[in-house]
Amino acid sequence: MIPLAKLLEAALFASARPIPADELSALAPDASPAEIASALDTLREHYDVDGHGVELAEIGGGWQILTRAEYTEAIERAQLAARPQRLSAAALETLAIIAYRQPIGRTEVEEIRGVAVGSILKSLQERALIDVVGRAEGLGRPLLYGTTSLFLEQFALRHLEELPRADELAIALRPSPQPL
Amino acid sequence: MSMETTLEETSSADSAAAGVDESEVPRVAEPEPEPVAPVGFLVDLPAFAGPLDLLLSLIRDEKVDIYDIPIARIAKQFLLRIRVLQLNDAAEYLELAARLLRIKAQMLLPRHGEAETWEDPRAELVRRLLEYQQMREVVDILERRGDERRSRFARAYLPEAGEMALAPLALSLGELLTAVDRILRVTKEPTVHTVVARTLDVAGAISMVRRLIATRRNARWGELVARDAEPWQILSMLLALLELAKQGELRLAQPRPFASVEIEHDSTGEVA
Repeated sequence: MIPLAKLLEAALFASARPIPADELSALAPDASPAEIASALDTLREHYDVDGHGVELAEIGGGWQILTRAEYTEAIERAQLAARPQRLSAAALETLAIIAYRQPIGRTEVEEIRGVAVGSILKSLQERALIDVVGRAEGLGRPLLYGTTSLFLEQFALRHLEELPRADELAIALRPSPQPL
Repeated sequence: MSMETTLEETSSADSAAAGVDESEVPRVAEPEPEPVAPVGFLVDLPAFAGPLDLLLSLIRDEKVDIYDIPIARIAKQFLLRIRVLQLNDAAEYLELAARLLRIKAQMLLPRHGEAETWEDPRAELVRRLLEYQQMREVVDILERRGDERRSRFARAYLPEAGEMALAPLALSLGELLTAVDRILRVTKEPTVHTVVARTLDVAGAISMVRRLIATRRNARWGELVARDAEPWQILSMLLALLELAKQGELRLAQPRPFASVEIEHDSTGEVA
């Protein structure tokens, strides 16, 4: 591997969070973005082709070294690391709505879900998956929520645009049902 | 999830709750009862994330067209299910049940006027259901991607938020001793201050104030104390003024915080 790829590998190994492209550039100020990208490709190929237990993943606007899925069970059985807990269906629903409609207030989320979401918003905020991104105009200036970079990270998304657009979903909303 | 499973969960929660009630009675070799949610308000059943979820699964089970919901049948089924699932004291489920019955009533009303102007009372419900179903689709995507990510581990090392861990010390005994020696040398000579007591001249200050207010009614602090006055002079004057004010020879006033103190000749005090 070229020295730049080794440098990036070392940095990615040292970090527990995905490293964004601009921070990778800061490691090697002389390297152009194209050189960084090609070094990352080299590293990815190195992991994939030569057969490694880890892989290079592009997640949450950055790059991260992750263990391969096939070894998860063994690692967990040996209690070396534990998978984070799954979110409840209610939390996922709330998160899905916020991801698509952000910035969005509590009332609008409740309108779509048909249930109160106050405590779920709080716990999602505690888990740093959502955050307050502003206040709406109008009565009481309610808080508006949006998703965080940790959300992208935990759902292995490079960016929000990676989620299908609303009109690409199987059930695209029709403007209004045909009158009978 | 099937309804049978849900019912099982409900009944097991009931029996566990009953176990909690008997906890006063000493038990022999029995594990602690699992903590359970309060009985009678089992809303957050894992099977259904809310009333719309329940309604959607009903529509799916009954195999009816979402754009042409047989509202009377679905409303009846919905009420039946919330009773079976003990959801009938959850306001959100009741609210949707009420809405269904209201739509059912509206459907029964005779239609006046042209067919084009008639608005289907189910339209709003259908819109909400579709919106909800669309969101469920996103939930499926998130669930899949979340599982994908969860099945791969990242490096576990996480620095404390906001601060990097300190690097381990690399230090030889010689270096340590040199450092100690340096500190001892720097602090060898303690600086000793000689404190000289200065007597205050309160009596002098009193006679000075008296001289001044004998000729005029008002004076200001700035006129009594020179700008370059020594601390002992300032203190003497302050004590003199307080003393004279106590004796009633003058009045002190300060119109606002940090303003110059105004001294006023108190004629009443003089008379007394």
